[in-house]
Amino acid sequence: MDGTLKPTAAVAVGGARLRMTAEAIVIPLASVCAAAALFSLFLLFLGKSPGQFFALIWQGGFGSSFSIQNTLQRSSPIILTALAFAVPAIIGLTMIGAEGALVLGGFAAAVTALPLIALGVPVGLTLPLVAVAAMATGAGLIMIVGWLRHARSVNETISSLLLTYIAIATMSFFVEGLLRDPGSANKPSTTPIGKDYMVGSIPGTDVHWGFVAGLVLAVALWVLMARTTFGFAARVTGGNPRAAKAQGLPVGGLILACSAISGACAGLAGFFEVTAIHGQANASLVAGYGFAGILVSFLGRHNPLAIVPIAILFGAIEASGGLIQRRMGLPDATSALLQGLIFVLLLASDTLHGRLAIFREREAR
Amino acid sequence: MLSPEVLTVLIAMLGGAIRVSTPYLFVALGETLTEKSGRINLGLEGNLVLGAMMAYAVSFHTGQPWLGVLAACGAGLFLGLLHGVICSLPRVNDIAVGIALMSFGTGAAFFFGKPYIQPQAPRLEGLALGEWSSNPALKQALLINPLFFLGIAIAVLLWWALANTRPGLILRMTGDSEASARAMGVNPVRVRILATVAGGGLAGIGGAFLSLSYPGSWNEGLSSGQGLMAVALVIFARWNPLRCVWAALLFGAAGAIGPALQSVGISQGYYFFNAAPYILTLFIMIASARAGLAAQSAPGELSIVK
Amino acid sequence: MSSARLTRRSLLKTSAAGLGAAMLPFGLPRAALAQEALTIGVVYVGPKDDFGWNQAHAVSMDILKGVPGVTVVEEENVPETGACAKSMESMINLDGATLILGTSFGYFDPFMVDLANKYPDIQFRHAAPLWSADKHPMNLGGYFCYLNQAHFVDGVAAALSSTTGKIGFVAAKPIPTVLSNINSVLLGARSVRPDATVQVIFTGDWSLPVREAEAANALVDAGCDVLTCHVDGPKVVIETAEARGVKCCGHNASQAALAPNGFITGAEYKWETIYTMYADMLAKGEALPNVVVGGYHNDMVRNTAYGAGATPEAIAAADAAIADLKAGKPIYAGPLKDNAGNVVIDKIYDNYDPFLDGMGYLLEGVIGSTT
Repeated sequence: MDGTLKPTAAVAVGGARLRMTAEAIVIPLASVCAAAALFSLFLLFLGKSPGQFFALIWQGGFGSSFSIQNTLQRSSPIILTALAFAVPAIIGLTMIGAEGALVLGGFAAAVTALPLIALGVPVGLTLPLVAVAAMATGAGLIMIVGWLRHARSVNETISSLLLTYIAIATMSFFVEGLLRDPGSANKPSTTPIGKDYMVGSIPGTDVHWGFVAGLVLAVALWVLMARTTFGFAARVTGGNPRAAKAQGLPVGGLILACSAISGACAGLAGFFEVTAIHGQANASLVAGYGFAGILVSFLGRHNPLAIVPIAILFGAIEASGGLIQRRMGLPDATSALLQGLIFVLLLASDTLHGRLAIFREREAR
Repeated sequence: MLSPEVLTVLIAMLGGAIRVSTPYLFVALGETLTEKSGRINLGLEGNLVLGAMMAYAVSFHTGQPWLGVLAACGAGLFLGLLHGVICSLPRVNDIAVGIALMSFGTGAAFFFGKPYIQPQAPRLEGLALGEWSSNPALKQALLINPLFFLGIAIAVLLWWALANTRPGLILRMTGDSEASARAMGVNPVRVRILATVAGGGLAGIGGAFLSLSYPGSWNEGLSSGQGLMAVALVIFARWNPLRCVWAALLFGAAGAIGPALQSVGISQGYYFFNAAPYILTLFIMIASARAGLAAQSAPGELSIVK
Repeated sequence: MSSARLTRRSLLKTSAAGLGAAMLPFGLPRAALAQEALTIGVVYVGPKDDFGWNQAHAVSMDILKGVPGVTVVEEENVPETGACAKSMESMINLDGATLILGTSFGYFDPFMVDLANKYPDIQFRHAAPLWSADKHPMNLGGYFCYLNQAHFVDGVAAALSSTTGKIGFVAAKPIPTVLSNINSVLLGARSVRPDATVQVIFTGDWSLPVREAEAANALVDAGCDVLTCHVDGPKVVIETAEARGVKCCGHNASQAALAPNGFITGAEYKWETIYTMYADMLAKGEALPNVVVGGYHNDMVRNTAYGAGATPEAIAAADAAIADLKAGKPIYAGPLKDNAGNVVIDKIYDNYDPFLDGMGYLLEGVIGSTT
């Protein structure tokens, strides 16, 4: 896993850094354009207009204040789940359990909010407590994965996938049984927390605060992973666990800490899904955000800052997908195809990094 | 003597093991082949779904279900080729490309599969091996699709070839150590591309089983993540094709528990019975990992076990 | 209220179709609708051509598309998350839609309720009987076909076409709409064959083809010789029944062609009745009623034409049951016990009584449990 967060990357200075930045922007842009060109051919083959298609993507994703808000709103959970994937990835773990942590975190939020509200705890105290409960639940789930990996050598990719399925079954069991609101007849859900206890949106917009939380966490986690001793130790462990152990780094503790951060990010996404969108926990929490985050993190090379623009691009494709269906009569699968194509080419373009002459330092001196 | 309820559940699990396991088996064998070469393809779910759609479409148009199986295999080979070639470029991450190709494969299947949701395509016929029994449930459980036997045959062949043939040796060596493969004059890139292509084709056949045999229909909800889970089975089966067979059978049987228990009146907590395969796998993984077996039998070059 | 008058007038006009008995007239005036071009936004939870719930709506939507001056914009695979609110808003903001039809249960609360408050000039209609005048905005409403009436007829025909009297039911989730269909099959079956039973297996979700096939096989193995279901796409259950040589009843839309030997009849929605009425009213510039619900008495459900699996007695009894339902004969004629022995239905309830919308039990004679 070659990330831009490797210790050596910080050494680059001056012109070299500029060239690296240019490279990091130009190559992905060029591969998105290549994907667009390929997709245009496909559209022409279908007898549809590529010009209209891309105009609609722009219009639906960024073309108006409404569209931008639509895009940002859709990107919010994905920023958080991508961070949930990125942090363990930096320490060398492929954990795909964010979906489960989101669902269980959201469920925990809905369940802990109810007694607090019943006790009359004020909103200003209830929401932080509920957020902590959601993050702790998510963290707990992923820490199981980290612990199994470290202490028992259980493969973390598989155990996190299995725990995701188990987490969803657990939520369904309670939501459709013990904790079901009798009023939620045809869509089994927990009792709604009520409008007064909802998080609400950023003033002047329709975008909920989860987007801001994602931005803040992206910056904070970038600082943590790229600029602190903890982050350095994590990166060293990710590069070579045996060497890290030999140097006396607390590998087990690092793994557990990264797992906890990962689960907390996903749990927080669940918290916002419940307190800003649904107002209750139900099967709609299982919306695939956790899996979307995996791809976004890879495309951002597990760099918390790079994750934000890519998640927004993802949100824009989702936001404009509907417009394309409506105006061009193309099925929903069109967006999935385009997404797949863009991502495959973007990932393939990783191979060009450091191999194009124009981005290389002159050998002559 | 077993009570009728227990017998019913056992027969249902036997039938479920055979009916539900085949797609798991094909994808798991494909993934084993790929991972033995030192590469992981997490995107076989895409091969499974695209294979299912292609098989159904071709069977519908030609009236020949076996041509459908070939088409599914072709679709799987194509996606495997894409994965194999792209991942052989330096610095490209195989896990991420797998997930992206999964999105691409399912997207393509949904896009082109629209006209085939409604019509009925000719299905693959099963072999009636239970005619000797007077129990209709047992007869049904033993109405076995030839693809099941094909899967077992491939598993045995793969197991034998990996251990006893020169291509098997080259494959294992490439997976364990790229450096020693190169020292032997083997081109690891070519080996990995071939292994990924072949693995993709096997996963495609698994899709044909879903759409042409059991449940034997094409729609966008056909696979509920069987391809993804099958990748998990490979690690569970410790990269051994024969253990893949047992793992797939176990998974199929566990999947039949939920409906079978409800049919004899045990319906409390069916969500957990439906999650039984996952819980079971997790516990067996924990139990077996303690002995350090997984790490020992894992190909050394595999990114997820490094 | 002038709107009420307008709505009543429209009711009278469409009374040829028998609409109206269960309609609550609460529309708001939207003058000059017909003069300007009208855009209707429709949101589906799954693919439009799923051969099930979504397709049943999408096919009927063609009727709205045929109205001059009406444009229909459609979006499929929209989950019941923030995405559905954004899709509907996008239709309003970018396509100029002034009527939004949400066809999935989970779209209503909080999404459509919030949107109706946010956009008071836009009309919202949702495919379930959830709207109530005291709780929800007036530019919101609902429409629903009580399919359990057609399932009652299925039960009648199934019991008389069965040898064992055991009917198998593959169900997605134990929620009131599904439970009502299961209970109605039982009551239909017992109305002609008092020893009939219905055995149910819940799969846990709306579309899980492999588990649906497993459940269908398990029911046949348990001795059921007629299968029916309530899942998104009934194709797998019907095909499995036919392959196992047992009979079947359909759900959502006609599956007769899938089971040439064993098909008895099936329960079908007639969304087109509602959409035709909407189109008709929109063309005349009239306000839509807030709530339209119905069943056999106003042509909003039907049974699929009898297949080869239906015996002559079954056909005769099912036709009689349909005639009774058209005349308003109640299905839930209490006192009735649930399968744990508690009296859950104390008296005779009208087929549209809201009390029945909340049922959380399986009646005596149903083998299975909701938990």
